[in-house]
Amino acid sequence: MMQAIDPNLLLLGWLIRSTLEMSTPLVLAALGGMFSEKSGIVNIGLEGMMLMGAFTAAAVSWYTGNPWLGLLGGIASGGLLAVVHAVACVTFKGNQIVSGTGVILFASGFTTVMLKVVWNAQGASDPVTKIPDVYINPIKDVPILGTAFGQMSPIVYLMFVMVALSYYVLYRTPFGLRVRASGEDPSTLDTAGVNVDHVRFVAVVISGCLAGFGGSYLSISFLGFFGKLMTGGQGFIALAALIFGNWTPIGCLLAGVFFGFLNGFQNTIQILNVPELQLYLNFVKMLPYVLVVVALAGIRKSIPPKAVGTAYEKEAKA
Amino acid sequence: MAESSVSLDTTSRNAVELIGICKTFPGGVHANKNITLRIREGEVHGLLGENGAGKTTLMNILYGLLTKDAGRIIIKGEEVELQSPQDAIVRGVGMVHQHFKLIPPLTVAENVVLGLEPILVSTKMESHLGGWSVKSVGVLSQILPVDLSAAEKRIVAIAEENGMNIDPKSKVMDLSVGQQQRVEVIKTLYRAADILILDEPTSVLTPQEVDELFVTLSKFKEQGKTIVLITHKLREPMILCDRISVLRDGELVGTVNREDTSPEQLARMMVGRSVSFTVEKPPKEPGSKVLSVTDLVVYNAQGLVAVKGVSFDVHEGEILGIAGVEGNGQTELVEGIVGLRKPKNGQVLVNGKDLTGKSPRKVRNAGVSHIPEDRHKKGLVLPFTIQENLVLGRHADVPFATGPRRMLLNLQESRRVSKDLVQTYSIKVSDVSSSAQTLSGGNQQKVVVARELAAQPKLLIAAQPTRGLDVGATEFIHQVLVGMRNAGLGVLLVSAELDEIVNLSDRIAVMFGGKIVAIRKPSDTTVEELGLLMAGHEVAGGSDER
Ligand SMILES: Nc1ncnc2c1ncn2[C@@H]1O[C@H](COP(=O)(O)OP(=O)(O)O)[C@@H](O)[C@H]1O
Ligand SMILES: [Mg+2]
Repeated sequence: MMQAIDPNLLLLGWLIRSTLEMSTPLVLAALGGMFSEKSGIVNIGLEGMMLMGAFTAAAVSWYTGNPWLGLLGGIASGGLLAVVHAVACVTFKGNQIVSGTGVILFASGFTTVMLKVVWNAQGASDPVTKIPDVYINPIKDVPILGTAFGQMSPIVYLMFVMVALSYYVLYRTPFGLRVRASGEDPSTLDTAGVNVDHVRFVAVVISGCLAGFGGSYLSISFLGFFGKLMTGGQGFIALAALIFGNWTPIGCLLAGVFFGFLNGFQNTIQILNVPELQLYLNFVKMLPYVLVVVALAGIRKSIPPKAVGTAYEKEAKA
Repeated sequence: MAESSVSLDTTSRNAVELIGICKTFPGGVHANKNITLRIREGEVHGLLGENGAGKTTLMNILYGLLTKDAGRIIIKGEEVELQSPQDAIVRGVGMVHQHFKLIPPLTVAENVVLGLEPILVSTKMESHLGGWSVKSVGVLSQILPVDLSAAEKRIVAIAEENGMNIDPKSKVMDLSVGQQQRVEVIKTLYRAADILILDEPTSVLTPQEVDELFVTLSKFKEQGKTIVLITHKLREPMILCDRISVLRDGELVGTVNREDTSPEQLARMMVGRSVSFTVEKPPKEPGSKVLSVTDLVVYNAQGLVAVKGVSFDVHEGEILGIAGVEGNGQTELVEGIVGLRKPKNGQVLVNGKDLTGKSPRKVRNAGVSHIPEDRHKKGLVLPFTIQENLVLGRHADVPFATGPRRMLLNLQESRRVSKDLVQTYSIKVSDVSSSAQTLSGGNQQKVVVARELAAQPKLLIAAQPTRGLDVGATEFIHQVLVGMRNAGLGVLLVSAELDEIVNLSDRIAVMFGGKIVAIRKPSDTTVEELGLLMAGHEVAGGSDER
């Protein structure tokens, strides 16, 4: 089939595909972070919510054999963990960083224990039913396109749908307007007769659902099993993508794809198996993190929601 | 306006009745003590009181923003328990807050519709219902598209109806303060409010803008709306209000008809004693130049020119007042002089010494004291103790620093000096080692003033020194400023309160658009002329006193 394809073109196709695959969980989680932070609640627990989603999706798929149910389970579990974060931060005005850290620690411990309980495994679960990839047959044999898009997880496409949907919700609906107001100046939203806590609560839960979505992709679409702590810091990269992307849906997409590209690049080098390049593999692996530091140091000016990180107490003086 | 008469008919309906309202804040402040207030339908009711008297608190309770500890609220004859502002809004209560409730990065239209967003698909259906209730579509409406263009049309219509001019698509952060206030008023009209509460609406406006606002308000009155006008100024309720209620220390002192009262009586009710409106100021010949500013150009934080080539002198024994609406470069001018902001061009001489662009410490050491306009951000370190705040800036000098190379703080000495200062300036504190946060606004300002004057300056720069202070504290600060002038100091007074400028200054410089547009002697000008100058109008035939 692929007898005479120029290896360079093949590589380019691979790189595109890998980039899209690697960016999908990042973009989904970054969108999640966006909803939470736009409403004024910092969600460093994305990592934990992703992990929870990844585990639950795999477990549900394992028991039911239906990966789509697994996906729903993964999204719901991320949302459920976010409820905990929301209760702590919104209802009880707790410290958002502490709560987020708690979420991560809980998810790490819980999923590791449950890995043992469900599959009696230490490192990785048994293979579970994956969400079937989408094949686009007409382009299968087109050089670059075929490699890049011929076979792809439907979640990659859904990711783009979620970006568009997030944009619509945030900028075109009453809920979105309220979320944006809540993150800028909650007392103004309160004065306008809207319950700030409700808005924030829902936004945080949406955040968890999207993070759970991203995590589910890892276990039941990208890999087909659950691995211990398999998110490996992607929740934090997603937070960086959120900052890089200036708290906007399109920004999250671009930044997520950029970080995905760095990961995909690294995968492609691995596939290439050129010994000279292998030397630099760890360097490439490190790049996203370096960029995170650079991003945080403010090479690009990004403007966070003004009231992010602060609890809203009604009786406090405005 | 003058012919509007108060109906003495006691049976006329009350728009709002507040009965026995009590409110104690968590910190223990008793902000409202058993207040009973009746506001009649269609009247303009003045709510007068000093800062901290509890006016805002009372109205926030009526608006559902704060909970009451005790008392009853009756709106249009219906007894209500307000859980949130929504409950007040649906009953026709609208409030324009003292600190605007607007979100700068959002557009005018977005700000106006927030909380009451029209839905695109249901606009038709709802117009059949004749209302704007979003509730009729249920929670689902939250994720239906907002019909912003319909809202924009309606906003323009409302604005035009009331003689206001506003672009609904512009972002609120690009608007002037006066325009922002208009957005706030439109917000209440958009919600079809017929009981309008305005919390200190005039404090941010020029005299002309105040007149415009009052024209708008009298239009509302003709339309039959009920208006509550909160203020701490005496002139305003006398112009517009039918009846005036006065609060003092959380208590209702009384309600009077405008015809039956006078500013003097209102002042007595407000303060609890008679107040002198003018400060005793003996004539004084100004001495030699203390401060000389030439062609000063300063940029603001956004990198735009805020001060565009300003020149003036301040002499010994003289108060030079800088009048102007806030945001015309006064802040940057002061920062440029005291070293908080590097001027791009020009020269600052203090007693002949060039201090242009020098650090705040060098400027201080040259004998310049500075009372900053924002006492919370620049004047005090709030979590620090009063004692620490009182020696701040001198803490590294003898006698407050001791030991080898002055590496240690002499706490006994600073405690002793602080206690002296607290006495001299009658600052009400329980203990000099409690934090500055625990003080009231007036006492916080006294701490700043005490510290700045203790440095024995030759030049005092006071920016908005009485902002947010009660009459007593304001009187005190005024006396201190005049006392300093009498003692031969040069004083540069920057204030947005025109009365303050006129009463205290020996010369008045008006700042507009980053320039000093005129310098006048108080005796040669009028409040009207100054108001016009502040609003950027050319005034012909004025004589400059440079
Ligand atoms: N949220 C709050 N918490 C604690 N104290 C408050 C709060 N709001 C107002 N106060 C206090 O209540 C008193 C009345 O305040 P306020 O109603 O704002 O006065 P006014 O509007 O008449 O200037 C003041 O002493 C103020 O410090
Ligand atoms: Mg007030």
